[in-house]
Amino acid sequence: MKVLVAVKRVIDYNVKIRVKPDHSDVDLTNVKMAMNPFCEIAVEEAVRLKEKGVATEVVAVTVGPKAAQEQLRTALALGADRAIHVETEEVVESLAVAKLLEGVVNEEKPDLVILGKQAIDTDNNQTGQMLAALTGMGQGTFASEIVVEDGEIRVTREIDGGHQTVALKLPAVVTTDLRLNEPRYAKLPDIMKAKKKPLESRTPEALGVAVPAGLKRLKVETPAERKGGVKVGSVDELVDKLKNEAKVL
Amino acid sequence: MSILVLAEHHNGQLSDGTAHVVAAATAIGGNVDVLVAGESVQGVAETAATLEGVSRVRVADAAVYAHQLAEPIGDLLVRLADDYTHVLTAASTGGKNALPRLAALKGVNQISEILEVVSADTFKRPIYAGNAIATVQSDDPLKVITVRTTAFDAVARQGSASVEAIESEVTNAVSRFVDEALAQSDRPELGGARIIVSGGRGMGNGENFKLLEGIADKLGAAVGASRAAVDAGFVPNDMQVGQTGKIVAPDLYIAVGISGAIQHLAGMKDSKVIVAINKDDEAPIFQIADYGLVGDLFEILPALEQKL
Ligand SMILES: Cc1cc2nc3c(=O)[nH]c(=O)nc-3n(C[C@H](O)[C@H](O)[C@H](O)COP(=O)(O)OP(=O)(O)OC[C@H]3O[C@@H](n4cnc5c(N)ncnc54)[C@H](O)[C@@H]3O)c2cc1C
Ligand SMILES: Nc1ncnc2c1ncn2[C@@H]1O[C@H](COP(=O)(O)O)[C@@H](O)[C@H]1O
Repeated sequence: MKVLVAVKRVIDYNVKIRVKPDHSDVDLTNVKMAMNPFCEIAVEEAVRLKEKGVATEVVAVTVGPKAAQEQLRTALALGADRAIHVETEEVVESLAVAKLLEGVVNEEKPDLVILGKQAIDTDNNQTGQMLAALTGMGQGTFASEIVVEDGEIRVTREIDGGHQTVALKLPAVVTTDLRLNEPRYAKLPDIMKAKKKPLESRTPEALGVAVPAGLKRLKVETPAERKGGVKVGSVDELVDKLKNEAKVL
Repeated sequence: MSILVLAEHHNGQLSDGTAHVVAAATAIGGNVDVLVAGESVQGVAETAATLEGVSRVRVADAAVYAHQLAEPIGDLLVRLADDYTHVLTAASTGGKNALPRLAALKGVNQISEILEVVSADTFKRPIYAGNAIATVQSDDPLKVITVRTTAFDAVARQGSASVEAIESEVTNAVSRFVDEALAQSDRPELGGARIIVSGGRGMGNGENFKLLEGIADKLGAAVGASRAAVDAGFVPNDMQVGQTGKIVAPDLYIAVGISGAIQHLAGMKDSKVIVAINKDDEAPIFQIADYGLVGDLFEILPALEQKL
C-alpha cells in the first residue's frame, strides 16, 4: 500500500505572531518556521503504517516555495521514503492546494492520503475534504484512530458530541486530529540519511493544473486586546465581585 | 441574494447553532432557505421553520443522509447550489466535514469560520488561532461559508416558513457509517452554556473533575477542559476548549489549573468575564482574566462550591 502525506510549512506554533504595520499580512520575516503540527501527526501515522507492514511506501508532498523543502527533509528524516515538492512562489490556499494534490494523486496513485485536519496559520480546515471531493475518494476527517483491513479503512473521528467511526473504501483520504498519535523526534543519523533520500520537484504546469485564485485578503488586524483585570484575595471576594461587580452570578 | 443554510441536527433535534447561522445569513441579506438533510427529520424541519427570517425549509429525508456523512451531503449541496449565491453552515465538526466538498466540486474557495459579515462578498475571519483577524473578499460566483456561531446572536423562534420535500437521488459508494459514541450529559452543551467551568492539567486526574462538577451543578454550567487534561485522559475529547477544540464565548468562564497557552485562549478569550484559579501567580492566564485567584485549587474549589 502506498501512502501519500501532505505537509505544510507554517510558522512554529510557539511563536507569537505580529501583524505588519500596513495591515497587509502577518509579519513572517525572520520568524521560526516548522512543519504544521497536524502534518507531523500525519507523517507519524504513515510511518507507523509502514513499520507495521501495512504500508510499503510513504511519499511526502508539499506545495510552496523552495524553502518548504526543509519540511520535506524533516518528513524524510521521520521515515518517509521519498518526497515531492510542488514548487510555486504564489500564495496558495486550500482550493489551489487540493487541486495540485489531486494532480499528484493522479500521478502517484496512492491507496491512502493523509493530511492534517488544519493548518495552524490559515486555520482553514478544508484541504483534505476538498481533495477527497475532487478525487471521488471517501473521507475520514479528524481521525483519532485508523485501522486498515480487508481493503477498507476504519476511521474513528473526533466529533463535537464524542466519537464516530466510518469505514471507507480504499483509496481514501484521512485528516489527523491531535490524539491520533504522538509524533517522534528525528534522530541525528536519520537527519543525515534524509539528505540522500530522493526529492523531486514538480511545477503546477507539469501536473497540468491551472491554479485557481484564492480569496482577496483586504486587511489583517490584531484583535482587540483583552485587558488583564484584578487579583482577588479570597473566595469570598471573588464571589462578591462576580455577583455585584460583573453581575454574572 | 439567495442563501441556503445547511441545518445541523442530532437525534431528531435541531442544533442551537443553526439559529446563529441564520442570523449570519440575515446579515448578508436576501432570501434565506434552510436545508435539513437526514433520515426521519420531519420534526427537525418543523423546528427550523420557526426560525425568524427563514422563508422556506427544504427537506431531504432519505436513508443515504442518515448520520449526515460528508459525501452524500456534499453531493446534495452541489445539486442545490445553482439556486443560491451563498451556502452557509456552522463551523462545527459536521459543517467543517461537509462544506469544503461543495466548494471543491463547484471550484470555489471556502471562507472558513466567519466572525462578521462586512458585505455580501466580504467577511472577517480569524487566522493564526485568532491572534489576527483577516478581512477577506470572494470574487467567486458562489460563496461557501462556515460560521463561528458564538459570533452571531441567535435569531428568535417566531417565524413560520414553508416546508418542502426534495426528491433526491444521490448515492454513496465510498463511505459507510459504523458506529458512534456520544457523550451523555444532563449539563448544558459547551457551545451554548452561559457559564463554563474548565479544568486543566492542574486538576491532577479525572476523579478530581468532580470538584468542578459540583460547582457546575450549582451554577447550571457546562464543564470544559484544556487539551492537556484531555490528552492525559482525565476527560473525553469533546470537552476540549481551544484552537482545535470547541470555541466558546459564555458570560462567565472559570479556568481552573489551566496555564493559558495561546491555543487554549483561542477558544475562550471572547468570554464576557474570565476567572482564573491557578497556584502560579505568573501563569499567562492571569494576563487575560478579569478576576484572578492565586492558590491551590484543591482548597479553593470546595470553598467556592460552599459559597455559591
Ligand atoms: C496544534 C496545537 C493545537 C492545540 N490545541 C489546543 C486546544 O484546542 N486547547 C487547549 O487547551 N490546548 C491546545 N493545545 C495545547 C496547548 O499548547 C497547551 O499545551 C495546553 O493548553 C496546556 O494545558 P494546561 O493549561 O491544562 O496545562 P499546563 O500548561 O501544564 O498548565 C497547568 C496549570 O495548572 C496549574 N496548577 C497545577 N496544580 C495546581 C493546583 N493544585 N492548584 C492550582 N493550579 C494548579 C499550574 O500552575 C499550571 O499553570 C494545542 C497545541 C498544539 C501544538
Ligand atoms: N501548501 C500545502 N502543501 C501541502 N499540504 C498542505 C498545504 N496546505 C495545506 N495542506 C494540507 O492540508 C491540511 C489542512 O490544511 P488547511 O485545510 O489549509 O487548514 C494540512 O495539515 C496539510 O496536510
